[in-house]
Parts: sequence; structure tokens; C-alpha cells
Amino acid sequence: MTELTHLTLAEARDGLKARRFSATELAKAHIAAVEKARALNAYVLETPEKALAMAAASDEKIGRGEGGALEGIPLGIKDLFCTEGVVSTAGSNILKTFNPPYESTVTRNLWNDGAVMLGKLNMDEFAMGSSNETSAFGPVVSPWRREGSNVGAGGAGMIEGTHLVPGGSSGGSASAVAAHLCLGATATDTGGSIRQPAAFTGTVGIKPTYGRCSRWGTVAFASSLDQAGPITRTVRDSAIMLRSMAGLDPKDTTCSDLPVPDFEAAVSRGVKGLKIGIPKEYRVDGMSPEIEKLWAQGTEWLRAAGAEIVEVSLPHTKYALPAYYIVAPAEASSNLARYDGVRYGVRVPGRDIAEMYENTRAQGFGREVKRRIMIGTYVLSAGYYDAYYVRAQKIRTLIKQDFETVYAQGVHAILTPATPSAAFGIGEKGAADPVEMYLNDIFTVTVNMAGLPGIAVPAGLDSQGLPLGLQLIGRAFDEETLFAAGQVIEDAAGRIKLPEPWWAGA
Amino acid sequence: MSVDQKTVRRIAHLARIAVTDDEVPHLQGELNAILSFVEQLNEVDVEGVEPMTSVTPMVMRKRQDGVTDGFCPEKILLNAPATEDNFFLVPKVVE
Repeated sequence: MTELTHLTLAEARDGLKARRFSATELAKAHIAAVEKARALNAYVLETPEKALAMAAASDEKIGRGEGGALEGIPLGIKDLFCTEGVVSTAGSNILKTFNPPYESTVTRNLWNDGAVMLGKLNMDEFAMGSSNETSAFGPVVSPWRREGSNVGAGGAGMIEGTHLVPGGSSGGSASAVAAHLCLGATATDTGGSIRQPAAFTGTVGIKPTYGRCSRWGTVAFASSLDQAGPITRTVRDSAIMLRSMAGLDPKDTTCSDLPVPDFEAAVSRGVKGLKIGIPKEYRVDGMSPEIEKLWAQGTEWLRAAGAEIVEVSLPHTKYALPAYYIVAPAEASSNLARYDGVRYGVRVPGRDIAEMYENTRAQGFGREVKRRIMIGTYVLSAGYYDAYYVRAQKIRTLIKQDFETVYAQGVHAILTPATPSAAFGIGEKGAADPVEMYLNDIFTVTVNMAGLPGIAVPAGLDSQGLPLGLQLIGRAFDEETLFAAGQVIEDAAGRIKLPEPWWAGA
Repeated sequence: MSVDQKTVRRIAHLARIAVTDDEVPHLQGELNAILSFVEQLNEVDVEGVEPMTSVTPMVMRKRQDGVTDGFCPEKILLNAPATEDNFFLVPKVVE
């Protein structure tokens, strides 16, 4: 039998149902793998007792012939989701001891369906980052290594050599899934934070349509852009997990009341008769030939499976990233105003209340978060609001109209690269100029600006042996087409062989 | 547009983030890099375009107009750095 940690979520589900192994055995295998992988820094908090208690409850249910869609499935939870009685930090010092007395709707939905919590996953602070280097817990290491890389397991649980980033902000989620430290992980995506790390680690990640998953109990970054979604090892696993995460929530007024389809049923639908758009504006200057080749290959795969390929135009694409860097920081500056050292989180004293606020926030927030709060404060301040914020929101309307025009022409989904490059090394990017790091999201950010669903699927390896992903963008609330087309790419590309656990000796 | 050091200090104060003298020049450089990046938005003709207010067309669901939650002061105060008699404690605000 395959090692229990190397099963797909779907295989584990079927194996549990057929009683080939127990939820407790499955949880124990994952707990052991997590313990051996501490050098990757993917988990910021392990909850083995909780996992075993939940697994025991699942075994009892399965024994009675009951159980939900995810009964006994061990998952990792991005530390942005509040989990009742389990410290939830958003990767920030300001929340390092925050113990929520409530459960986020997304995680509540997962537990209601029988899932088992292995622990909380590392992430960029407040989900602001594309490399998981802004976390207050330190960077996450990708399980991937460049061919001939000097990275190896050192002594005392350390890793030696030049590590690669897993992408971000859901870097812990992507690293944990790729390293077989859970069967799936929750993640969130404000500008690409599910799809970019999935692409960097050879995993599948879907950002559903805005409103598909409740945002209640998930620490807010930019409320008009934030969406939760899964990262898993296969397209089918993402379909299974998203169905459990999604659904109407009276606690979030922006959460859709549309019924949640059986996404898994869509996985085997194929793309015959579908019209797939290839947007010419995504062929950016200086695009690497490897990315271009991958994109062309993906197009061919979809054509061979029966899709009609059409060139389309999304003329405002290049303005999505700069508009995002006005809208997202503006919303962040407002959302993060709540961290004032009064109701929760760290407090740093001052001579008066204003100085207490200023000291608390200066020490509690990291550099990237402060930078974004300040940009947001500036673009919302008197005299600049119209020039920056209102203009960016108008451009956002234009970006959305671009997509609407293309979909009105009968296009069902759009195929693009997921990222402009493969994963880079820790410390390699953004040290001098923050914009260098922001450019990671050029292909993903349009999707958040338009509220559409997008999936990243591994499609091949680059010349250094690192995974590259393709992105499919769908119509609002049509994740099903993305699962169908994503499966075609997964079948054609073949499942990417994930790295062997070189870190386990550390 | 770009910001000078005085503006950086003003923004930091508006955002209630203390900055040291050493940090100001770095922040100025970083903020100006971002502002120069977003400058290209000025190329776009936005005449007559409505600014986006909702990314998906939806009618806001309204909740029942009544008390449905609460009565849990201990939960609300659980994470507060300083409390007294079910109140949040802050430094003196009014002299």
C-alpha cells in the first residue's frame, strides 16, 4: 500500500470509507511527517492532540456507517483562519498570542464535514507577500530544490544552503501540501496568494469567485478582494475540498446564496465544445521562453481534448497590478486600524493613548505591512482620494468590463501562465524595490480585481527542474468549468512528481 | 507624485505608526517606488467610468433587526491586554 501521507485526498476518503485504514492511522502518519519536517517551517503550530481526538471521533462515525464528505481527512489550516481555542496569528507579532473564542465559517464547514486539523500553517504577515518572507515566524522553505542545488538537511533541525521560497502569501499551505504534510490545506487569495504558491510548488490551488466562501472569521486584508480556497495535490482534491469550504453564511453579507454545485462531478466533464480564450495582453515583454512554451503546450492540450481556441483581448490587463496596489493597501489601512492594543493583540505602552497606538503598531507590524498601511493611508487622505483611490476603482470597472466582453463572445474560460517565473531563492527579490516582488502577481491579480474564479494547475518543469503552472480564469460562479479544464491539463501534463523528503533527516 | 520626508512623517502619524529618524528615508524611497509604479494609471481614459463599488452584482441581505448575539463579556475581553470590571482599560484620554 502507498504510504498514507502519499494518498490523494480522494484516495484517502475512499480508503477510509472502505475501512482499509482508520482515520487515527491516517492522522498519526501525518503527525509523524509534520514532526520530521519542522525545518521547512510550514507549520507555525502543530495540534496533534486535537488531530487525534478529531480522528477518533471520525473513526467512531465511520464505524457507524456515518460521516461527512471529508470524514477523517487531515488538513492544514492557514493561520489567517480563526480557530476556536487555537492561537491564530495571521503571521504577525501583533496577534502572536491571539486566542479566538470563535471559529471561522470556512473551518467550521470543514469540521462539520468531518475533517481533522493537523495545525496552523505559516504565511506572509496579514497575507501581504509573494514569498512567505514577511512572516513573523520566519520564511517557509519550499520542498523543491533546483537541480544540483546545495540545499540539504543540516544538524539540529536546520537546513543548509540556499533555499527556495514556496511563494506567498499561502506559502505554508503550499509547502505542506507539496511535502505531504497534509492531504490538503486552506489558503486565501487577495492578489494571487493561492495560485502563485501553488504554481511554485507543483500543487493545485483555486481561488473561487468572490462570495463563494464566507470571509467571516478570516482575518481581513482587503475585503473586496479576499477569498478563501484550497491548495491540494490534484484537481479532484481541490473540487472536493472547495465544496466543503463554500456556501451561504448569514454572518457575511457578501457571501453568495447561490447553491454550491457538486464540483467533483464536474472534474471528468472534459472541455469538448468549450471555447477557451488566449489573451494576447498576457504575452508580456521579456516573458521567458519557457513560460511561453508551457502556455503554448497548454493551449495544444486543450485543443487536442476538443476545445475551440480563440485569441481574445483584455486591454486593461497591464493596469490591474498598479490599480491593485492602490485598492488593496487602501482597504488594508482601514481593516488593520483595529490593531490598536486595546481589545486584543500586543500592547506597547506610551505616554498617552496616541503614543500607545503608535508604539503598539510600530512594534507589532512588520515592514511590508507598515509600508502597505502607509500607502493606503496616503491614497485615502484628503486631496489624494480622487487622484488615486477613485481612479483605481474606475480602472477596476474597466478590467471587469474587459472580462465581461470576452465572456459575452461565448468564451467559457481563459488560459494564461500562472506566474512570470518559477520559484526564486529566499532573499533574492524585493530587498531594494518592493515593486520587484509585487510583479509576481501580474497574471493573477486581474482575477481578484474582477471577482472571478481562477485555478492554477501544475503543467511542467523548467530547465532547473522546478514546477511551472498554468492558470485558467472562469466566469463568475463557474468553478465547474475550471475543474473540468484543469483536469484536462493535469491528465495531459501527468501528475508532477513531488520532491523526496530530503528535509526529514534534519 | 512623490512624497517628501515631512509627508512620510505625516502619513505615519495618520496611520498611528511610530517611525524613527532612521526609518524615514527608507520609507520615503519605498513609498516613492510604489507611487511611481502606480503613476501609469494616469494614462487610462476614465472619463464617464463608474468607480467599482461591488465586484459581483448582489443585493445586500439584511439581518433580523434584533439582538441575536452577545451576553459573553468574558469572551469579548479574553484577549484584551488590560481590563477591569468587564471594561477595556486604556491610558487616560480626558484630563
